[in-house]
Amino acid sequence: MTAPLSLETQTYTITRADLVAYAGASGDHNPIHQDEQVALGVGLPGVIAHGMYTMALAARAVSSWFPGAEVVSFGCKFTNPVVVPAEGGVDIEVAGEATEDDGLTTVKLTVTCDGQKVLGMPKAVVRA
Amino acid sequence: MPVDQSLVGRVFPPTRPYVVTAEGIGTFVAATGGEYDGGPAPATYPIVLAFDAMNAFLEAESLDLYRIVHGEQKFGYERPVVPGDVLTATLTVSSLRQIGGNDIIGTTSEITDGSGALVCSTSATLVHRGEA
Repeated sequence: MTAPLSLETQTYTITRADLVAYAGASGDHNPIHQDEQVALGVGLPGVIAHGMYTMALAARAVSSWFPGAEVVSFGCKFTNPVVVPAEGGVDIEVAGEATEDDGLTTVKLTVTCDGQKVLGMPKAVVRA
Repeated sequence: MPVDQSLVGRVFPPTRPYVVTAEGIGTFVAATGGEYDGGPAPATYPIVLAFDAMNAFLEAESLDLYRIVHGEQKFGYERPVVPGDVLTATLTVSSLRQIGGNDIIGTTSEITDGSGALVCSTSATLVHRGEA
């Protein structure tokens, strides 16, 4: 196994309009991602991004680091909600560290919002 | 009302075949701020199939989507999804726990192509938030 290689941190912004577009594109129309009242009503701190939206951004970072590489596996836990304000947006930072072993590259990710981790143990394995 | 424990191990009917198009992938990529220039779909694209299966499962069990929060998601890929694929997802309930008034529902969805070959195996943990 190679020594861990630090990858250039990527920053992405999520807006409410992005969540509406993602609902249409993914088929996840859960109103907690669009409607403040529904979100607050089930005890959430506000409209939150789809976990899969944040995971898609993590995948985007991986493909920017390893263009064209086939992804073998990808997983994470959704440990903290990403609250998306009605105006403007919220920034997500994706950092990564890669190790290579036997033709496969394991990318351990750190995905944060306002300095707080939002994904638990996000990890992708790619055939680079 | 807690989710019925007898659900564990139940296999739900396969979703209707879904035709993957370059346009559909492009819309998905654009929604997450990227640009699609053809070729394989991004890694989280198979969630479109998994959601289809999850929505059918929630409807069959009369669970409200707005009470569901995603707890965990994993994908294992046999090959990338490409335009022209005709995909179907089959969902199995793999585990069920109750914690603090919430149901923690473990599901797996096998996504297969038109020939029946496995393309992607996904697992999702869904947290069904109980009524306060």
